[in-house]
Amino acid sequence: MSFEWPWQYNFPPFFTLQPNVDTRQKQLAAWCSLALSYCRHHKLYTLDVMEAQESPMFNNKKIERKLSMEAIQVVFEELRKKGNLEWLDKNKSRCLVMWRRPEEWGKLIYQWVSKNGMVNSVFTLYELSNGDDTEGEGMAPF
Amino acid sequence: MDRFSWSNGLLEINETLVIQQRGVRLYDGDDKAKMDLGITLLSTHRLIWRDIKNHECCIAMPLSQIIFFEEQAAGIGKSAKIVIHLHPVPANKEPGPYQYSKYSYIKLSFKEHGQIEFYRRLTEEMTKKRWENTPVSQPIPTGTGSQTRAVGIVGIERKIEEKRKETDKNISETLNEQPLHHQTSARGSRYNSVIERGGMMALTEVYCLVNRARGMELLSPEDLVNACKMFESLKLPLRLRVFDSGVMVVQLQSHSEEEMIASALDNVSEKGSLTAEEFAKLLGLSVLLSKERLLLAEKMGHLCRDDSVEGLRFYPNLF
Repeated sequence: MSFEWPWQYNFPPFFTLQPNVDTRQKQLAAWCSLALSYCRHHKLYTLDVMEAQESPMFNNKKIERKLSMEAIQVVFEELRKKGNLEWLDKNKSRCLVMWRRPEEWGKLIYQWVSKNGMVNSVFTLYELSNGDDTEGEGMAPF
Repeated sequence: MDRFSWSNGLLEINETLVIQQRGVRLYDGDDKAKMDLGITLLSTHRLIWRDIKNHECCIAMPLSQIIFFEEQAAGIGKSAKIVIHLHPVPANKEPGPYQYSKYSYIKLSFKEHGQIEFYRRLTEEMTKKRWENTPVSQPIPTGTGSQTRAVGIVGIERKIEEKRKETDKNISETLNEQPLHHQTSARGSRYNSVIERGGMMALTEVYCLVNRARGMELLSPEDLVNACKMFESLKLPLRLRVFDSGVMVVQLQSHSEEEMIASALDNVSEKGSLTAEEFAKLLGLSVLLSKERLLLAEKMGHLCRDDSVEGLRFYPNLF
């Protein structure tokens, strides 16, 4: 299944950081959601900022627009504030992308555990991520 | 060579001899002319050539016939030359030695040197274009020109005469200004129409128009700004507006901001996207002002921008 781009992806102003505060907020929200769903679709957990600029995520060759380095940093910072991203180094050149925040994962696992009546049992990480019981629960990358 | 006319070799009134050079042979283009050696005379108005033996044989052409000329250095067995490129034969030309020539240039070949000085003086005359100031056909006007220093009663009389002429000139100039005033009021209505069309005008443009209309006793920029600041207290239908960028415009009071933004959004939506230049063309407004409008609409959240190598474009805000 190919990745479905949001409509904004073909809208040239999407690739220019908007000076109007309200507009920019909406724009950044759209970027955050695009970045997360893109990473999720392509099973990406870490991103390199330099590489990201050249990836289709931030570079639409069809309309010849790409997000500037500065704008990418702004998007990443926004993701960090939302808890979807953690920097892996001080220079902020590599980052961990969590398309589900730790809290969300916690909730998800707890729901799965209670649904299966296994509260207070012990699981290995392997069982959770690769076990037969968790198949189809979206935990494979966990 | 067909540009030359027969001449009596005499200088006209007002015409002054600049330089003459013996031993000059004429070339019709690259071909030797059918005449022998002669004297070439340069006057303030004409280029004249006279046969050295047969003084009856004299030809001339006006300097206005010359487009440009160039030097051709001497070589072994070759004299230095000046190549003169000429305008086409005028319709009313007097007959000359040549009915027709396939060349549009002639050459002066200097057998006895002197080409350097001749070239210099020719350059001088072609720059001064003295033939334009005093056409030969015109008789000398009496008592004009401040160069003529005269003393005694004659001098005083001349001075009085000059003064009278100057007064005459002034009066006619003043009269000429009357129709000018009509023109300026016509400009005034154009000014109104510009303002009405775009609803606004940059203060710099207003400044130019106002001062052009005034012609004299010009308004200073400060005075204009101060005058515009008084629009409101004087209850005039105009307002001075300062954009965030500092650009000042005069706009119609009736011209509301909402309308301006709405029209910007309409135009952009209709075209899909617009640059300030394109918007300016659509409105017939200056680029500066159209940009201000687009920025205003952006500020109000109706438009958004696409800033790329292709320039700054504005789109409807779909976010």
